[in-house]
Amino acid sequence: MTAPLHEPTADTAPSAAEEAAVVSAGAKSVQGRSLGRIAWERLKRDKLALTGGIVVLVLILLALLAPVITHLLGQDPDAYNENLIDPLFGTPKGSLGGISGDHLLGVEPVNGRDIFARILYGARVSLLVGFLSALVAVVLGTVLGILAGFFGGWVDSLVSRVMDGLLAFPQLLFTIALVSVMPNNMLGLSGSNVRVFVMILVIGFFGWPYIGRVVRGQTLSMREREYVEAARSLGAGRFYILFKELLPNLVAPIIVYTTMMIPTNILTEAALSFLGVGVKPPTSSWGQMLSSAIDYYESDPMYMVVPGVAIFITVLAFNLFGDGVRDALDPKASR
Amino acid sequence: MLAYLIRRLFAAAVMLVVIVMVVFGIFFLVPKWAGVDIASSFVGKQADPAAVDAVRQKLGLSDPIYSQVWQFFKGIFAGRTYSGGGDVTHCAAPCFGYSFRSEQAVWPVLTDRFPVTLGLALGAAVLWLVFGVAAGVLSALKRGTIWDRGAMVVALAGVSLPIYFTGLLSLAIFAFGLKWIDAQYVPLSQSVGGWFGGMILPWITLAFLYAAMYARITRATMLEILGEDYIRTARAKGLTEPVVIGKHAMRSTMTPILTMLGMDLGALIGGAILTESTFNLPGLGRAVLDAIRNQDLPIILGVTLITSLAVLLANLVVDILYAVIDPRVRLS
Repeated sequence: MTAPLHEPTADTAPSAAEEAAVVSAGAKSVQGRSLGRIAWERLKRDKLALTGGIVVLVLILLALLAPVITHLLGQDPDAYNENLIDPLFGTPKGSLGGISGDHLLGVEPVNGRDIFARILYGARVSLLVGFLSALVAVVLGTVLGILAGFFGGWVDSLVSRVMDGLLAFPQLLFTIALVSVMPNNMLGLSGSNVRVFVMILVIGFFGWPYIGRVVRGQTLSMREREYVEAARSLGAGRFYILFKELLPNLVAPIIVYTTMMIPTNILTEAALSFLGVGVKPPTSSWGQMLSSAIDYYESDPMYMVVPGVAIFITVLAFNLFGDGVRDALDPKASR
Repeated sequence: MLAYLIRRLFAAAVMLVVIVMVVFGIFFLVPKWAGVDIASSFVGKQADPAAVDAVRQKLGLSDPIYSQVWQFFKGIFAGRTYSGGGDVTHCAAPCFGYSFRSEQAVWPVLTDRFPVTLGLALGAAVLWLVFGVAAGVLSALKRGTIWDRGAMVVALAGVSLPIYFTGLLSLAIFAFGLKWIDAQYVPLSQSVGGWFGGMILPWITLAFLYAAMYARITRATMLEILGEDYIRTARAKGLTEPVVIGKHAMRSTMTPILTMLGMDLGALIGGAILTESTFNLPGLGRAVLDAIRNQDLPIILGVTLITSLAVLLANLVVDILYAVIDPRVRLS
């Protein structure tokens, strides 16, 4: 890092706000540390953010191990258990949506599929789309934002106009329209995989301007700094300056906006699946489960509560973690 | 101001052209590239080849794209007659296309559905502006207190809850469980009370989500502004706290909020798809969703165009208002 950042020693351990006050008042013992280390120490003290981070890790593990866990429990997300369904009403037998030792979260109405197994498999779709679409957005946003900020002129005008335009587009509607004209098989993918692929691309494509704007603004303010000047006077080329001098300084805002973007993407995926343009049955998705639960909110409310709470916990955990990362990395917090 | 206005209008016009191109691209180029026969989706899944050919002829689907786009726009101003396969269908101006699936012109569908969506969006906007901004301002002023923490926890939960879940929960609790409300949509023209009763849950659910977002942003903006030099100057001049907050800080806080409001309102009028499908409100969003389920492309195309226009107009209005409130904007 070019500018050394200072922090009071860890034993003062105040909250981010108090800490900012201490720093501005002139810290007692000053010690140079890397930005990453400072951020990590701040994050470690933020109990809410840590909880969020741990929940996120657990969710990722559950999603990755979904086949193993369901196998161990002896469940199959696509297996029908019609014997557990009340033939008269089509709702699960027993209380609370048919919760039992075998079916931890109960079974679906009518066909009796195990809800816990379907939630685990649904997490795979949610997290896959959430992360990969964020990746698409980060790559596009960083490259285009840095180019716009660094080169200025018509490149900047063009990229900025495109970003303004995309932000004003009715995203959900366009995604729905696009998904609805997509074929069932393409590029060697079929069924739900096509939908997942299209969702990743479209959500990522509509998401990049959020990162692009920030990266552009940061690049604009940084390209005139002395260290860039110094690199230039030493004979560094444009691309060396872009990727070796500027990019490392953009990592913090990029990480912040990425962590904030993932929960939004997860919500969008769930919304698309809820509307019936996401993954196709029998592939399970939380949004899709909620949409089929509409018909049973009176007779079997548990069926609606479980996927809803799953979305809530996931998005909340990501939001808590994201807020913590922002507070830890945001340069404003240390002012 | 005039130069600014002209610049914004020009930008909006360019944007409109781009949107139209993208919409047509989605509906006419993507299927071609992906090898989907669009004519068959205009008819239905079990259509016989003769009917598909008739539709192709009627809609001019084998014509080049530019001619199809031209026909579509001519239809908006002059009306359009579809002929082919032995029968003739007339669609009066303004013709935004004709749905052969549901045997009706698209324009009347749009005008039928629009008031529902408008009522939903405006009603919710009033609620979320009042409660969201108030919560945000109070949190910022009482920073660090239990009120601040509490409001922010609720707001965080609010932005993490999908609206179709809170909607279903509120239906299950208030309409089905407690039976306080009869959650049926009744047009305003039939019964004011019935309309209000049917809209109250959608309003609250929608406003809850947005109030949470607005509270978070208002609080952050307000805190940032309270740290500005001109606030210190205002206090140093001896202005009372209500004047400092109400006159100086609020004005700067409201500008970003107003920008957001414009975009959100535009997007909502463009289709509160999730809310309308959760509460079964017969608005534009619901129309699109039904159209997608029936593969009714002309309706999807019409609604997409109209709603993009709504978003565009909302943004234009915000840009102009923004310049009125904050003179610095005009110069940039």
